[in-house]
Amino acid sequence: MELLFFYLVAMVAVLSGFSVVMCKNPVNSGISLVMTFFCLAVFYVMLYAPFMAAVQVLVYAGAIMVLILFVIMLLNLGPEMLKRFRHGVIGGAIVAAIVMVQVMMFVGRGTVAGVQGDITRQRVLEEGHMQLMGLKLFTEFMLPFQITGILLLIAIVGALVLAKKDV
Amino acid sequence: MLTVYHYLVLSGILFALGTYGVLTRRNAIVIFMCIELMLNSVNLTFISLSSFLNNLDGQIFVLFIMSVAAAEAAVGLALMIAFFRNKESVEVDEFNLLKW
Repeated sequence: MELLFFYLVAMVAVLSGFSVVMCKNPVNSGISLVMTFFCLAVFYVMLYAPFMAAVQVLVYAGAIMVLILFVIMLLNLGPEMLKRFRHGVIGGAIVAAIVMVQVMMFVGRGTVAGVQGDITRQRVLEEGHMQLMGLKLFTEFMLPFQITGILLLIAIVGALVLAKKDV
Repeated sequence: MLTVYHYLVLSGILFALGTYGVLTRRNAIVIFMCIELMLNSVNLTFISLSSFLNNLDGQIFVLFIMSVAAAEAAVGLALMIAFFRNKESVEVDEFNLLKW
């Protein structure tokens, strides 16, 4: 049953990812990308990471995609013109096929090994995912967390400077 | 039985799709969305491995990847607006200001 559900959602994710790449109109690509993000959020719930699913929906499907769609509509882009040549479709297809074959080889040959941690699914269900994440984030990963804050501040300032009319 | 390999294969497929989009599309915003697709496939890898290894570190890294993606979105879209103001288009073929 779980496997069947996985295949169903995976099919939707791959199809909508395919239409992100194939749609001529950028708005349709953006909406397909939102669909992919929701499918990934479903997978995060299946993997016992409900907080990550919430962040995926709020940050990606909510904030980033709204920003992208806003810019697409602000710039009033039409469908992509078919010009003299298609932009290296054969080369892109070959490179993507090589990437996929390599991934399949790695996944098929290797075994997932590693030290098993102590955050079992049972513990996630008992203590709550958000609490465990917060505990880790504010003790072990405190410095990277603060650096992330500085990075976001720099990004805000940079975006403001770039978008201003005359610098 | 659902194993970690299912998730790894799925994220490989999504990553290859994103690669194909980045290499073949001409519209800069669509290229940008394909990069988001690649980032998300890596996030799926991180979370599936972290869930199957009972270790929370991968999910913390996913949080960091998400914040870097948000910063990238803000700066990249501002760049595109600035570019559109000069060239009236966001096609990457027209991006030749740094050529000499």
